[in-house]
Order: sequence, then structure tokens, then C-alpha cells
Amino acid sequence: MTAFPDALEITGPTPGQQLRRRMFGHQGFMIGAVFLVLLVIIALLAPVLAPHDPYAQSLSNRMVRPVFMGGTWEHPLGTDHLGRDYLSRLIYGARVSLMIGAVAALISGTIGTALGVAAGYFGGRVDAVVTFLINVRLAMPVVLVALAVVAILGGSLSVVIGVLGLLLWDRFAVVMRASTLQIRGREFVAAARAVGCSTPRILLSEIMPNIVNNLIVVVTLEMAHAILLEAALSFLGVGVQPPTPSWGLMVSEGKNMMLFEPWLVLIPGAVLFVLVLAINLMGDGLRDVTAPENRN
Amino acid sequence: MTNKPVLELKNVSKTYTIKQGLFGKPKPLRALNDVSLNLQHGEVLGLVGESGCGKSTLAKILLGLEAPSEGQVLVDGQALAGQDRIALSRRIQPIFQDPYSSLNPRKSIEDIITLPLRVHGIGDSASRDRELHKMLDIVGLPARVARSYPSQMSGGQRQRVAIARALIMKPEIVICDEPTSALDVSVQSQILNLLADLRAEFGLTYLFISHNLAVVEHLATRVAVMYLGRIVEEADVATLFETARHPYSRALLASVLTPDPDMGVPDTQLGAAYPNPIAPPSGCAFHPRCAKVMPHCSRIAPWPVPTSDGHVECHLYDQQPLQAAS
Ligand SMILES: Nc1ncnc2c1ncn2[C@@H]1O[C@H](COP(=O)(O)OP(=O)(O)OP(=O)(O)O)[C@@H](O)[C@H]1O
Ligand SMILES: [Mg+2]
Repeated sequence: MTAFPDALEITGPTPGQQLRRRMFGHQGFMIGAVFLVLLVIIALLAPVLAPHDPYAQSLSNRMVRPVFMGGTWEHPLGTDHLGRDYLSRLIYGARVSLMIGAVAALISGTIGTALGVAAGYFGGRVDAVVTFLINVRLAMPVVLVALAVVAILGGSLSVVIGVLGLLLWDRFAVVMRASTLQIRGREFVAAARAVGCSTPRILLSEIMPNIVNNLIVVVTLEMAHAILLEAALSFLGVGVQPPTPSWGLMVSEGKNMMLFEPWLVLIPGAVLFVLVLAINLMGDGLRDVTAPENRN
Repeated sequence: MTNKPVLELKNVSKTYTIKQGLFGKPKPLRALNDVSLNLQHGEVLGLVGESGCGKSTLAKILLGLEAPSEGQVLVDGQALAGQDRIALSRRIQPIFQDPYSSLNPRKSIEDIITLPLRVHGIGDSASRDRELHKMLDIVGLPARVARSYPSQMSGGQRQRVAIARALIMKPEIVICDEPTSALDVSVQSQILNLLADLRAEFGLTYLFISHNLAVVEHLATRVAVMYLGRIVEEADVATLFETARHPYSRALLASVLTPDPDMGVPDTQLGAAYPNPIAPPSGCAFHPRCAKVMPHCSRIAPWPVPTSDGHVECHLYDQQPLQAAS
């Protein structure tokens, strides 16, 4: 007989193994992840994959139809009103969308996480100030603010990224605040303080690892949000400026011909839809996959 | 045993402000009310009382995790308030109630146990690894748990990990806040025996908090009984279990000594429910539930009356309650 029967069996997989197992078992997550990875690879390899220069105009080849509507393989997805190869513009457009999504989410994620974690951990006055800032931010309509900023600074890729990055931090702050509140009362935080951990160390190495899964979920949602907003702003003419190949801009440029050549709008609309759907599927999947761990 | 207290509470009060509802007026809640308590080197002081009486609050104040609203905490006669957190944490370590909440679920057991060494910059990774395995052996865990995570362990195993973390820096004082109350009965005694062995092996001083007098009798040398933020009786463990003075201590004892083993929850024989700490009863806070209540108990708050081995706070034991009243 052993002295400590309860001490002998260590069962079950590590949290990392569990997570991996659940990720690979979650269909929505896997579909979203595969599409997203594909789009990222396409964006990264754009110069290799694009059959033509996305800026090269050819006035004699305007609005050639895509191959499935009677066009030729020279321009598989046809050409736009300036004779630019539509497939090449779509491929380069993936770069614009993904870049806007990633950088805007990075900026707003940094701001929102810092504010939310500080509010949740310190509480009291810090929390009151952050809650006020969140309310102020929520009272500002993103599109109107973007219109105003672009009217002052002029539209460009970096202005759009900046505006979205500085405006989309609210959900990060709300979620990170709530997650931190949930964790900060746990006894392991008190134990870390009793051991002499500094506040930054507690925030970074005790609290962050426990809320980072929620952060990743919000990152995916806000990426999708930023990509859609960029498309909307570009469509309204206050986002990315021509001749940059942006999917929103392509929809906008195609809309005059929509009744005669609907594919001009449908093709960029469809890829935008697929990208946002993939990101959202992945975000939802991540939430499912990581939720059971939060409970224990 | 020496008479020099290593840890001392002097007239400590802790007041929380409770806000009820969105527009409710904030109300003060006195979790600790003018508490004085000594912890002598090498002793095990048991602290008992019902849920919500302020035991954990007292532990947090002793650990320096919360500041007292009034009064002072002294470590070796020096105020805790001004002392270096890092130095203090080498001397006083906690073991918490809930081993499911006291271990970071994202960290491996190895990381959890060696965290104190890393925070204090003690040793290199090889020597920390040796310490880790020594501690695992001491608390009775196999070496291979080092790589596993809390979610893979049982409650008893987790509590052993928490004990290893608390002891790896060889503290003098360990504050145990109900370290077994979240565990299965069968595991409870293992952990209690482990704590008793460790005390002998390392010469530890314990403050042992529990709502269960039976557990305290097992381990403690001295007992303090707490009621609604005050220490109502303090005595050696033998005295308390033979001739408890305060009616509240007696009621607690009676609940432990219930003859019928099949009775699930022991009857505290206290009748009325625990009072609302926001609006404590007047006079002696215990008077609404007291079996020996006297007319003046509801008007005059009792004061500590010294006894041979401690003190008791009850009008049954003070000489001139009526003179004081007039
Ligand atoms: N941070 C806080 N804010 C407000 N009130 C608090 C806070 N912490 C504790 N209290 C209150 O102080 C009183 C004492 O709480 P404490 O946790 O010390 O009780 P306890 O004796 O440890 O109880 P238990 O046996 O349930 O652990 C309770 O009424 C509790 O509601
Ligand atoms: Mg408690």
C-alpha cells in the first residue's frame, strides 16, 4: 500500500493536446482556417500568381467577359472598364483587405487590450475612466467619423488603417475587461502576489495566458469588421483611392455597369463574402474550441 | 515556546464598502472589528468561525494582500506596512482553500512550483529543477507530474502542489486558509497529516483557518474563535475543548460532538441565522443566538476579559456589567 494513493495517477491529456484535438475536430473552425490560410498564401504570392500587372490598362480590351461567360483564358475573370485584368486585381486586392484587417486589428487590439485589462485589474477609478472612454467611443458612428477624417486628410490606405485602428478598440476593451475581472479574483493571482510578483508580471504571465483565447476570438471578429468597413468606405469613395486594387473599390467601380455586366460586382463581392465568412467561421470555432477550458 | 510573537495584529479593523443596486447608498461592512491577535514562533494557531465571519479577510491582511482600514500588523515587532514585499514573501506564504482556483490552469506544475524561485531570482535552472523534485518528493507527488497541468490532477494532488509552492522558499510562517475544506473527506486527512509532518520537519508556524473545530483540534496548539469580525475567545486547544467559556464556542463544540454519525450537516444549535454583517446586532453581536443571553447583552458590547491562557469576550465573565451600564 502506498502512503498517498491519490498522488499516483495523472490522467488525461495536457491542455495543449486537448486544444489541438478540439480544433481538428471542429468543422467550422477547420473550414474557416483552410480558406483563410489559402487566401493569405494567395496574397503573399500575388506577384507570382497574378497573370498580369493589376495596374496595366488596355483600352482596347475593356470589359472582356470572364471565361465562364464566353471570354478567353487570356483574362480568366475578364477585365474592368479600363481593361485591367480582373483576376490580377482580385489577387492584389486580397493583400489590401488582409493588410487592413490585420493592421487595424493589431492597433485596436493593442489599445483595447491595454485599456480593458487595466480597467478589469485595477478597478475603481481606472475602471470608471475606461468605461467612460468606451461609452464615448460607442457614441461615435465609425462611417461618419471616417468621412470627416478623410475629408480633412484625404483618402489613402494608411488613413483608412489608422481610422479603423483607432476606432475599433471598443469590443477589445469590453471583452478584455470582463475576462480580466473574471480572472483577477482567482486565488492563483493572490498566490502570485503573496510570492512577490510585480504587477506587470502578474498581468503578463498570470492573467494574460488565461484571457488570450478570448482576445484571439475578438481579433478575428474585428479583422472581419475592419475588412467590411474598408470595403464600405472604399465603395463610398472615402476609403482606399483608385487605382489601388481594393475589393470594395472594385464593387464601386463596377456598379455603374451592374445591370449589363453583373459579374463586375458579383466577383469581388463573392470573394469579400468568402473572406469574411472564413474569418468569422474561424472566430466562432475558436470560441467553441477554447470555451470549455475557461471553465476550469 | 518563546513569548516573542512573530506576527501580530494590533487593533486591526477592515471595512469594506458595499454598494447595493445601481443607485444604492454605499454601506460600510466591518469584516474585522478591532482584532488583536498574536502568532508565536512554532505554534499552530487555529482560527475558527462560521462562514463570513472574516477569517479570510484576516488572512489576507496578515499576508499583506489587503491593507487594514485601522490598526497595525507587526512582523517581528515591525510594521508590515513599510516592509519590502519580496523580503516578506520569503517569510510568510499562503495555502488557499480552493486548489481548483489557486493554481494557474495555463501553467505546468513545474512552472507553478518554481515560480517563487524565479521571482526571487534564486538559483539557476538546474538547481531549481533539483529543488522542484525535492519538493515533489516531500509533498508526496511522483516526479512525472512536473510536466502536467492542473486540469490533469485531482483536488488532493492540486493541494499538494499548492503546498509545495508555499514551502519551496522555506518560509517560517504558513497561513492556511481552510486548506482542506474543498477536498473529499478521505483526502482531507491525508493533507492534514502532510501539513502536520511538514510542520515538524521544517519547524513551521501555522495560522490554521477552518470552520471545522474537529480539524483544528487535530493540529492546533491554540485556538481563536471568531464571530462577526471579532475574536470572542482565545484559549489553549485543550482548555477550549474541555471547558469552552464563550457560549458561541460551546455551540460550535456541540456541533462537532454530535453523537449521531449519520447526521449530515451538524446542528449548530444556534437557531437563528447568521446576522447580516452590514447591520450587526446591537450590544454583543452574538446575543440574538445566545443560549445564556442576559438583559444587558443587547445594549452593552462586551470587552475582552483575560483568562489564564487567553481571553474571552462575554458578559458572563466580566464582573461589573451593570455598573458600566449605568
Ligand atoms: N472584497 C470585499 N468586498 C466587500 N465585502 C467583502 C470583501 N471580502 C469579504 N467581504 C465580506 O467580509 C465578510 C468576511 O468575509 P471573509 O471572506 O473574510 O469570510 P470568511 O470567514 O473567510 O468566510 P468563509 O468561511 O466563507 O471563507 C463577509 O461578509 C464578506 O461578504
Ligand atoms: Mg474564507
